[in-house]
Amino acid sequence: MRLIVIRILATLAVLLGVNYVAWRWLESVNWSAWWIAVPLVIAETYSLIDTVIFSATMWRARERPRPTSPPQGTVDVFITTYNEPIELVMATASAAKRIAYPHETWILDDGARPEMAEAARRAGIGYIERTADWAGKPRHAKAGNLNNALFQTDGEFLLILDADQVPDPLILERTLGYFANDPQVALVQTPQWFVNVDEADPLGSQAPLFYGPIQQGKDGWNAAFFCGSNAVLRRDALMQLGIVGYVRDLESSTRRTLRAAESLLDREARRRAAEPALRSELSKLRAEVAAARRAVEQGEPIAEVTFGLRAAVEDASRRLVAADVKSIHADLAAIQALPVERDAELGVVVIDDAALDRLAATELSPLGAVDAVAALLDALRVDRPDEAQPIQPLATISVTEDMATAMQLHSLGWRSVYHHEILAHGLAPEDLGTMLKQRLRWAQGTLQVMLRDNPLLKRGLSAGQRLMYFGTMWSYLSGFAAVIYLAAPMVYLMLGILPVTAWSLDFFLRFLPYFLVNQLLFILVARGIKTWRGQQYSLALFPVWIKACVTSFANVVFKAPLDFVVTRKDKTREGGVPWREIWPQLTAMALLVLALIVGVGRVIVGTGDGTGTLVNTIWVAYDLLALSVIVQAARYRGFVGAGQGAAAEEREKGIA
Amino acid sequence: MNVTVTTGERHATVAPEGRLTAVAAPQLRQAVQDLIDGGSTRIVIDMSATEFVDSSGLGALIGALKAARLAGGDLRIAAVPETVRTVLRLTNLDRVLRAHPTAAEAFDAD
Repeated sequence: MRLIVIRILATLAVLLGVNYVAWRWLESVNWSAWWIAVPLVIAETYSLIDTVIFSATMWRARERPRPTSPPQGTVDVFITTYNEPIELVMATASAAKRIAYPHETWILDDGARPEMAEAARRAGIGYIERTADWAGKPRHAKAGNLNNALFQTDGEFLLILDADQVPDPLILERTLGYFANDPQVALVQTPQWFVNVDEADPLGSQAPLFYGPIQQGKDGWNAAFFCGSNAVLRRDALMQLGIVGYVRDLESSTRRTLRAAESLLDREARRRAAEPALRSELSKLRAEVAAARRAVEQGEPIAEVTFGLRAAVEDASRRLVAADVKSIHADLAAIQALPVERDAELGVVVIDDAALDRLAATELSPLGAVDAVAALLDALRVDRPDEAQPIQPLATISVTEDMATAMQLHSLGWRSVYHHEILAHGLAPEDLGTMLKQRLRWAQGTLQVMLRDNPLLKRGLSAGQRLMYFGTMWSYLSGFAAVIYLAAPMVYLMLGILPVTAWSLDFFLRFLPYFLVNQLLFILVARGIKTWRGQQYSLALFPVWIKACVTSFANVVFKAPLDFVVTRKDKTREGGVPWREIWPQLTAMALLVLALIVGVGRVIVGTGDGTGTLVNTIWVAYDLLALSVIVQAARYRGFVGAGQGAAAEEREKGIA
Repeated sequence: MNVTVTTGERHATVAPEGRLTAVAAPQLRQAVQDLIDGGSTRIVIDMSATEFVDSSGLGALIGALKAARLAGGDLRIAAVPETVRTVLRLTNLDRVLRAHPTAAEAFDAD
């Protein structure tokens, strides 16, 4: 019944939205002030698409029935850490050890701290750090940490916990049944819930709308997201991802290498006109490379083709060296023929065919001295020499490995589950600066995935899954719309310039029903959850969203670094007001207040329009109310609530 | 799982029997590493007695291929049962490794 009402409202919201925005484009753009009118109507179109995606998400939002199968399978519990206090990690690890269902607990210490290893050992908890393979290779942050541990453990299922997410003893009993129920389930995600947050939650840490209706809605489309922690994954599915990714990478890099090698060998052969023997071998090799490329294109197994090519290079260098060896032998024979030089020592040392054979080894041969050949051989290794592990199950294309991994699982036909029950208690950042960094990182990660592996184009995803992934990415573009929503009423109140043709009855008849149905849908979906913080922050963090768009675009397109930072969850060094991050919001608030004063003044002196000023005053009031959360957040000095959860107490101890 | 290792004149053979999964994967990797350390770098994985391979098992094969190649040799698979072929196809690994009919002829072409 509730779902039917939601669907009716969702349909209405979209229809009324189309009605309004179509009218805006066709009838009411004030073209004489196009510089503000056109951006505004584009921003409104952006919001309409948001409404469509939200409505689609809610179309299938429902509580899942509990799995009928009992929990089964072997489990490894992974606690990922980098620089969190030892006591905090140990509190989580000890709770993980107490999980009722049989399992093994591991601390994955990316900081490789001896005192962490010692604490784990004393508590009888497994400790994993990066293997020697990772030296000098890209580390891939948390994804790399997990990938490293996957090859040192063997549980069928993996519970992944951030260092500060203290698990409930029943977390596995409640989630493992889904995997037994459906062998295609690869992921069960449970909510993230924070204990060090009071009722007011000035930093907007709790995400009850996301870990609730939104995840349930995505789940309805088989697109529940992996959120990095408090989730159980199926090892076989992850490994399959890793192997498929390995094959894809190997195939494209082999083709690329062979293409490049062909033209390099060509050029090299022309340059070596003075060395006819070398030149002829290079030309022969070039023909071999061309044949290898054709073989790969015709579907011959890559390992076989590359092995054959390597053998061809070795043969060529052997032939080249053989010629040299012959002349050396001839020289030696001449030397031995001289009575004075007939020395036993000389004979033993020099006529060593094994040593001469080693000379034929590719690196030492004249062929090995040709850079093009050396590069070719290196690139044709089948072990991804530029990576620590040939197989990387967790996606490494983004700083937020979770979303990218889930999307790849979905594209291979695996299913995901959102289990709506709090089974871990975590810690949220306690100061605005840390929180801003964390949000920036999430946004950057999501946008990286959109730019590198766009769900709208990705093979293997259903239409619903495409929309669910795209929707989250779309929502991070809201920063640009926010700037326009802040600027439009300022422009009107201060300069009297209308972005719409008139604040007429037509406008209200079209706008108000759309707006009201939208709000109604939101209230119904939220079911009493407090969503105001989320609404405030979606506007108030506009500088963060814009920064994320710019930096991730620069990163993906121009390979600029993202300035990735690990979110600190203890408050030892952070805590001051991050003026450098929040000046845009403060400036916007000052300008909004100024606009209000000017606008009211213009009505008093008779140069302003009453209706227009009223509409824009309400608009400005909303903007100010939303932005005010930044002031509240900047004044926040951390959680001091009574009856703190166990985790928060542990954290306090950790800092002391 | 049980792994039988035989060293021949032209190549060594590793035959995993039973289920090649995450639990058995380290055993296979170790067997291959021991061969390489002993100087046998041309290795055939004879799968005639392998009932089942999961993605972790395939991961071990790739790891072994890497080790053999780095040592200057090669790793090949032979006598692959239909159930295992399905997994190879599913993961596209058949694009990388050729399934040779028997262990004896896996290195015939060289």
